[in-house]
Amino acid sequence: MSAAGLSAHSTQEPTGHGPVSSTPGNPAGARPDQAGGPEVSGAGLRRAVIVGGNRIPFARSGGAYAKSSNQDMLTAALDGLIARFGLQNERIGEVAAGAVLKHSRDFNLTREAVLGSALSAETPAYDLQQACATGLETVLGLSNKIRLGQIDSGIAGGVDSASDAPIAVSEGLRTVLLELNRAKTLQKRLQILSRLRPKDLSPDAPDTGEPRTGLSMGEHQALTTAQWNITREAQDDLALKSHHNLAAAYADGFFDDLLTPYRGLAKDSNLRADTSMEKLAALKPVFGKNLGSAATMTAGNSTPLTDGASTVLLSSEDWAREHDLPVLASVVDGEAAAVDFVHGKDGLLMAPAFAVPRLLARNGLTLADIDFFEIHEAFAGTVLSTLAAWEDPEFGQDRLGLSGAFGTVDRSKLNSCGSSLAAGHPFAATGGRIVATLAKMLHQKGSVDGRPARGLISVCAAGGQGVVALLEAA
Amino acid sequence: MSDPYSSFISTGPGRKIARQLGLPQPANLRRYSPGQPLLTGPVLVTGSGAGADALATELLSWDLDIRRHAVPKEKLGAIILVLDELRTPADLEVPVLGVGSSLRDLMPNARVLSVSRTAADAADPAQAAARQGVDGLVRSLAKELRGGATANGVLLAPQTLTTSTSALAALRFFLSGRSAFVDGQFLTVTSDAGSPTLNHDRPLEGKVAVVTGAARGIGAAIARTLYRDGATVVAVDVTAAGQQLAAVVNSIGGTALQLDVTSPDAGQRIIEHAIDRHGRLDIVVHNAGITRDKLLANMDQQRWNSVISINCEAQLRINRALLDSEHFRDGPRIISLASTSGIAGNRGQTNYAASKGGVIGMVQATAPLLAPWGGSINAVAPGFIETEMTARIPFATREVARRLNSLQQGGTPGDVAEAIAFLASDAAAGITGDVLRVCGQNMVGA
Repeated sequence: MSAAGLSAHSTQEPTGHGPVSSTPGNPAGARPDQAGGPEVSGAGLRRAVIVGGNRIPFARSGGAYAKSSNQDMLTAALDGLIARFGLQNERIGEVAAGAVLKHSRDFNLTREAVLGSALSAETPAYDLQQACATGLETVLGLSNKIRLGQIDSGIAGGVDSASDAPIAVSEGLRTVLLELNRAKTLQKRLQILSRLRPKDLSPDAPDTGEPRTGLSMGEHQALTTAQWNITREAQDDLALKSHHNLAAAYADGFFDDLLTPYRGLAKDSNLRADTSMEKLAALKPVFGKNLGSAATMTAGNSTPLTDGASTVLLSSEDWAREHDLPVLASVVDGEAAAVDFVHGKDGLLMAPAFAVPRLLARNGLTLADIDFFEIHEAFAGTVLSTLAAWEDPEFGQDRLGLSGAFGTVDRSKLNSCGSSLAAGHPFAATGGRIVATLAKMLHQKGSVDGRPARGLISVCAAGGQGVVALLEAA
Repeated sequence: MSDPYSSFISTGPGRKIARQLGLPQPANLRRYSPGQPLLTGPVLVTGSGAGADALATELLSWDLDIRRHAVPKEKLGAIILVLDELRTPADLEVPVLGVGSSLRDLMPNARVLSVSRTAADAADPAQAAARQGVDGLVRSLAKELRGGATANGVLLAPQTLTTSTSALAALRFFLSGRSAFVDGQFLTVTSDAGSPTLNHDRPLEGKVAVVTGAARGIGAAIARTLYRDGATVVAVDVTAAGQQLAAVVNSIGGTALQLDVTSPDAGQRIIEHAIDRHGRLDIVVHNAGITRDKLLANMDQQRWNSVISINCEAQLRINRALLDSEHFRDGPRIISLASTSGIAGNRGQTNYAASKGGVIGMVQATAPLLAPWGGSINAVAPGFIETEMTARIPFATREVARRLNSLQQGGTPGDVAEAIAFLASDAAAGITGDVLRVCGQNMVGA
């Protein structure tokens, strides 16, 4: 903990973070110039736009993609994007993607996927990793490069396979093997080998436990869910809406130009269009069973382990025009936050509750100015705890430094095409799914009250982090 | 999709066994690849009228070795029988018997072509009889030829000449390896429309073509062939086929459009995609189609309706959008996939044959609607084609179906695609409302 962190009066200031070009003390003055000019900190910068996206349907782990590697899936998602937008042999400015569960051999995952795709082999690429925020962070990073004029086009993305997860050898075996490699004599080798014990031979599988607390993500969320008194019924209701909204979007053909089937799967395999409150209520709780209060988190209102990949095509407006490509939305701004969950000050997945107020304040906006909310459903409890925090005057005053509650999210504007509870959550692929889905929704909506429709994305991540972004219809 | 029998008899011992047992001996067909000469061997052009002379002169400019009289024992690459001045059936004797002795001198994969006039436009019954006689003559001759040789004909409507742009284009198509699996067929040249092809390796240069059902089989072959011929391709298929569709598109450039052709706005979305992304729309190939076979006695509503809806109604609805669009008026071309089942009928395929017969009716009635824009619409009717779909037919049935044509083998998806690419070219603009069968002269369906 840094001294600055301790002296922050236990608030995370909503403003005063990042370069602000508006008049100090007048956040409203930071409102973007709708005439296409620079906004907020973007004086002199050009716009970064979202041309479109492509993902493969998400599959529950051990299902349709059980035998697909991260590289297979990311390549498939890229190839679908290339086919949709005619990018064969195109040299894209940069491709950025990543995975949360990664084999050591995948040290250059994104570049390898590019080389296996129909893009020009002269397209550079890099890997990025920020837990579940990986996908959204690739969008923000590439957007910023586009806005700065460093690149004209970029493909952001993410992939994860819970089925093809890396399994490591135990720490004991690993140490022995490394030493063995360095040993020069037979005698020395035998000596090293003799240190090996049977328990060293059991493999080390990855889990979602937090290294500093030993608690799984679900157990962490259970603490937060209980803290904010989120009921089982409210969580099941959110899950139900997620399934129904996603099913309705599929029925409307909404995903026809956002998704390319893979390995015989044409729809997210976790989607249960016919689920009901009764069915969800019948599920047994899986997290928070030792908290004293009644456990509320089930497999129905938590995301399952999922395999999948997503991509988003970003560019400058000129590049899109020169390539006769559509423009769905622009990436206006983004913000990251982190919380001290280790000492229990905030819940593990509550960082977006701090990031969003800062992002909106910088842009001179409130929750009432947002037309679409995309709050990643890691658990139904995550979304509901975040909303509860924003509606709580105490949290607003004590933790956000506001005069009262931050505000209320209009539920009819929340996750309108479904979210992770229904689609599933292949960690790094979720950001790309949300960005492309929201961009299309914004494009369809067009304008609201004479200004471009606005959308807010919030993604929580392991390690007590969160990344949020503001998009606008183009 | 393999034809082990054909592979077997193309070996020395295999050929010998087949000959001794009197089994079919399918030839290796000459198929087009870019840069290939139009054909090898001299071309005999018979007929002494002005039409024959003009045609022979024109063919000289194609770098062909032209003969006006047969040279005894000389091997021939093709014979063109110019019969445009027939007045009575008796007029057939001299030219037809004249080439009879030359047939033995035909090289493998040779061509015999007739050029005559449409019987419906004859001045009197005798002339009509003579002209219609050519039909029976060519179809019978096609059945007599061996070694991959084919016989086809060009029919000239009034006001068209042996040297009309589309007559020449049809002759070139028939002479070339592009028509490998077309046998015993006629193409009718209805007008002088059309502009000659400048680059025969890329006749569709600069064109934007939409192909429905492009994810696999014949549709994928059409997309690849149109691309090879110079077109930018918009490949359309249902979302469920998206992975294969992307693979096809990424191998040829162009764009993928995941779309259900039966959706009410399919036509509009196709036009918007082509215009927004590629700036124009020149060619639409209606290839998407399904089979749901059942004897009529066992046919249910779902089987019947899905076939009619996808194979026929969808094409009608998309055509309506195309005809209404100001973006489809620069020599537009529509080519629809019909089927020999739609012509001759097929047991268990009342729904499919009705839909494909419907396509033929649609094509004929739509032709005049496209004429004001220099447009054309035609149907291509495949016979037995080696695809994933026909590979699922039980072995014995498949083996019979595959041999029941004059070329004694199944065609390839590429054979169908070649016919479509030809009809999509501007040189073929004078051919419209026609149905071209790519069936190796299947015994069913005439």
